[in-house]
Amino acid sequence: MVRFENVGMRYGTGPEVLRDVSFTVAPGAFAFLTGPSGAGKSSLLRLMYLAQRPSRGLISLFGTDIATAPRHSLPALRRRIGVVFQDFRLLDHLSALDNVALPLRIAGARESEVRSHVVDLLRWVGLGDQIDARPATLSGGQKQRVAIARAVIAKPALLLADEPTGNVDDAIALRLLYLFETLNKMGTTVVIATHSDGLVRRFRHSVIRIRDGETVFEPAGHADVAG
Amino acid sequence: MFGREILGNKAGLPLRDDSAGRFLPWFVALMVYLAALALAGALIAAEAGRDWRQALTGALTVELPPAPAGAPKAAAEVERLLESLRAAPGVAAAELVGPDRMRALLAPWLGADAAVEDLPLPRLIEVALAAGAAPDLDLLRRQIADIAPEARLDDHGAWLGALLRTARGIEILALILVAVAGAAAIWTVVFTTRTRLETHRASIELLHLIGAQDSYIARQFQFQALLVGLAGGIGGLLPAALTVLLLGAVTGGADFGLLPEVALTWQGWAALACLAPAAALVAMATARLVVLRTLGKLP
Repeated sequence: MVRFENVGMRYGTGPEVLRDVSFTVAPGAFAFLTGPSGAGKSSLLRLMYLAQRPSRGLISLFGTDIATAPRHSLPALRRRIGVVFQDFRLLDHLSALDNVALPLRIAGARESEVRSHVVDLLRWVGLGDQIDARPATLSGGQKQRVAIARAVIAKPALLLADEPTGNVDDAIALRLLYLFETLNKMGTTVVIATHSDGLVRRFRHSVIRIRDGETVFEPAGHADVAG
Repeated sequence: MFGREILGNKAGLPLRDDSAGRFLPWFVALMVYLAALALAGALIAAEAGRDWRQALTGALTVELPPAPAGAPKAAAEVERLLESLRAAPGVAAAELVGPDRMRALLAPWLGADAAVEDLPLPRLIEVALAAGAAPDLDLLRRQIADIAPEARLDDHGAWLGALLRTARGIEILALILVAVAGAAAIWTVVFTTRTRLETHRASIELLHLIGAQDSYIARQFQFQALLVGLAGGIGGLLPAALTVLLLGAVTGGADFGLLPEVALTWQGWAALACLAPAAALVAMATARLVVLRTLGKLP
């Protein structure tokens, strides 16, 4: 599903923020990406959701070598990846429904199907009564769930979440993690970036630990993450 | 379907509501107005050139010095000239310009009641050529010189050349104005599109990251540019058409001699009408190119 081999990354002409990163996430795996703030978690995620190309090394996503893939082939790969951004990145001028519908509309889904699918999903994440609400009127937790709904509406093969529990209280954080586990059980490969060791210990999934731009893998008894 | 999503701002970018493009329709309208007037000027000049060429290339003029008073020989000379001209190949008709016609020709300068008979005016013979005929002017000049050595044949070449050069100059100047107005409109669309790209950078990046093709994002910009171009095009074209009609109405009754009438043929109106869709299409294509070029820099 995801394979990094000796990957290095730098922004512009700056120093390398990631060095010799190597790991593999198998299809259907659930993995935490963890490490202290500033360690490079977000940079690693940016490589995984194709916001950035590596400056060296090999990244393979769904069997495609990202370094050599032509630019026009990347949107199709991105549509197989759902991303929950740390700052949600909801579009303020759109309702919850239209925010969640974006990936379907981008994929060219028929408008008649879009609404029913989105409404069902918003109900599933507990926002059935906020369908027409604009992000500005939603609480942090509600925005988070809209962002998650948008990330999973197109049934992505890979779900990436950047600090999804960073802005919510512990109870909501636990609920979100259970939600991700449910999605994982439905076949989605999940990688969650978090600096919360508590969550990592509690859920006992595979761990990619990153420190000073270098990764250490911790299978923790699982075979689905390997270095 | 996509158009409806864009109109409803559901495709991701609220371009309809942003302030960057608020003045664009007005600017496009102004440029289309100027371009339409310039194009109308070019078309009128071209039409006038055609009229002048048609009027003057199908005719020749033989000019004789004023007849001395009581000279029957002069009248016989004219008669012989007329017979010779009518017999020449390519000549359809040859007539002496009589006092009434002469009075009409001079009326703009001397008034309708001028006593042209008392003036020492040259005698003129108007020669109409057969359609498509190109008579040998040197031969004609020799024939005329044999009968009346002091007569002069004028094929209007110098006069026509100057007129046509003037008309062509006006045409070219007008077309340059059309091009300048078009370039100004394109530059404004480029500038506005770049501003909008910057304004909506975060949203564009999001769409890009969730799998939008460049063309999906570009379509939203080009659709808005099409609407703006169409609105501006129609908004500029209607007042321009009114201006042309008004000028035609105001100058219609006046006789300006050689100056052309301010009126367009139906082909001219059709060309003018094309400016609105042309403005819309150019705005759309420009916006698309700018967006695709900018998005091409994203990974």
